[in-house]
Amino acid sequence: MATDNLTEANEFCSYHQVEYTFVQTLADAGLVEITVLNQTSYIPGHQLPELERMIRLHQDLDINVAGIEAITHLLQRLHNTQQELLTLKNRLRIYE
Amino acid sequence: MAFVDYYKVLGIDKTASEKDIKNAYRKLARKYHPDLNPNDQEANKKFQEINEANEVLTDPEKRKKYDQYGENWQHAEAYEQARQQQQQGRAYSGYSGGGSDGGFNFESFNNEGGDFSDFFQSMFGGAGGGGGRRQARYRGQDFNAELQLSLQDAATTHKQTLTVNGKNIRITIPAGVENGQTIKIASHGGAGVNNGPNGDLYITFIITDDPRFKRSGNDLLATQKIDLYTAVLGGEITVDTLTGQVKLNVKPETQNGTKIKLKGKGFPVYKKEGEFGDLYLTYDVQIPTNLTEQQKELFKQLANS
Repeated sequence: MATDNLTEANEFCSYHQVEYTFVQTLADAGLVEITVLNQTSYIPGHQLPELERMIRLHQDLDINVAGIEAITHLLQRLHNTQQELLTLKNRLRIYE
Repeated sequence: MAFVDYYKVLGIDKTASEKDIKNAYRKLARKYHPDLNPNDQEANKKFQEINEANEVLTDPEKRKKYDQYGENWQHAEAYEQARQQQQQGRAYSGYSGGGSDGGFNFESFNNEGGDFSDFFQSMFGGAGGGGGRRQARYRGQDFNAELQLSLQDAATTHKQTLTVNGKNIRITIPAGVENGQTIKIASHGGAGVNNGPNGDLYITFIITDDPRFKRSGNDLLATQKIDLYTAVLGGEITVDTLTGQVKLNVKPETQNGTKIKLKGKGFPVYKKEGEFGDLYLTYDVQIPTNLTEQQKELFKQLANS
């Protein structure tokens, strides 16, 4: 498997000054996925923005993993609702 | 440049302790943090304000200067000038100590900080940020832009050049984008701080109303006028579609308000090349006006037959 689109988890943690256990806990909660190749943990590229967002919530606002999990679910629901609202607004334009 | 009351921004008293400031900041940051308020410009602005207030009030030196000059911070510059002149005078008379030009030393404020107010930059010598306390790398700010397209433009894959913060970015807009849809252009946002990654650019499409067609997902809706005689007797008409005109057979005895579907003549499906929605036409039968006496007589005969 190519590692072009993978970031080594330890490198990522030292870059963002977080403990690897924090990322591991997020992974255990199903919030991010970690790929293990040859006994080295990697984070897929598409996960990085989301993981960075969680780290900001943790570092800037002192929010623990349970809080981050709740926020992530609520933000997802907010996003879905916004999409639904957009679709409905576009449908309403037919009658304007 | 307006004076910014940092105590008011955080909703605290001038005598607030470090702990009070931290608590007030945390409380407001949890409310306005950009990660908790995606695409909310107001919250973003508010967060920058509280961040700036926290930056100043949690640093004892900066808080001292802010408290000292307060609303009269403009006088700080005059004070600094006088102080510098005094020091230069001393240097000429053999004073050689220190590398600083005197006054307040905010060397640690060396980050690029476009997010701080004019007031902050004027008072604390420009850029803000984390100061010397933490040399963390920050991802650059995400930029949001709106792009207006006509329905016709949105139906065709095409390239457009946008100017964002003085840089030209050439993007491909896929056919079928929706009104209000946002696409992300990775790494075209604000520059990262301390070698952090660049932010992203989010472009929201605003599709203007079209006089001929209404859009419903991938389908298009339109009203088609037909004369009474074609509606009654049937015939061939020419109708507009997004891609040009097509000929259509109207069945005899077509009722007003009848809907017909032109398969595949609707809007292109987003990122599915060769797939199209349908075009729905509603017939609007036009009743003839300004009839001659002879025509009226013929209609009477028709009515009585």
